[in-house]
Amino acid sequence: MQGLITAFAGTVIGVINALFGAGGGTIAVPFIKRRGKRQKEAQASSIAVILPLSTLSAAVYYFKGYFDIGDALKFLPFSVLGGIAGSFIMKKISDKALKKAFSLLMIYLGVRMIFKG
Amino acid sequence: MNAISMAAAFLSGILGSMGLGGGTVLVVYLIRYMGFSQTAAQGINLLCFIPTALGATVIYTKNKLTDKKTVIPLVLWGLIGSAAGFLLLDKLPEEILRKLFGGFLVMLGLKELFSKNR
Repeated sequence: MQGLITAFAGTVIGVINALFGAGGGTIAVPFIKRRGKRQKEAQASSIAVILPLSTLSAAVYYFKGYFDIGDALKFLPFSVLGGIAGSFIMKKISDKALKKAFSLLMIYLGVRMIFKG
Repeated sequence: MNAISMAAAFLSGILGSMGLGGGTVLVVYLIRYMGFSQTAAQGINLLCFIPTALGATVIYTKNKLTDKKTVIPLVLWGLIGSAAGFLLLDKLPEEILRKLFGGFLVMLGLKELFSKNR
């Protein structure tokens, strides 16, 4: 049964990564935590899972001509800096408020995307 | 490359490293404010994630925070899921993909909003 749930979770993570290019971690982290890992371990393992999947997805998107590398490279350094900053923030600030604000933003943006003409 | 774009990518990196689905922020920003198509925005975000995650993964693995037994099966099944995802990606019109993505964002937001513990 455990194996079946893992298979399902893993498959969903892959579908989300390929189809949306983001958000797979939101399935991975809770799933891994329920397997008994602590928050930090779950996040670390989640990133380790999403990394190869994203690499494949990025390659597929690139070869399908969906995006231009030059465009991506403009944003890349800032994303990397954000990732580094995030790993420092994680230790210091309680992220409850951040999560609430973030979740409200997501809902708002999501609704707008659904109803955009 | 203006300051807001830099900030959007930066914020996305922060949220992404917290397992909060931060990449979605960059995808939305690229579509709404930079005029990229859905798939272009997703592709750019995917590429940006690679170096962002690579350094973190190396450090986490050295500190023994990652667990092979957990990671490997998920990656293997994930690859199967990705294959299915790519097939869908080929067939879905961009408008449908956008709405699905929007629905996904709403679900994520609701899930976070109502999650009790850290």
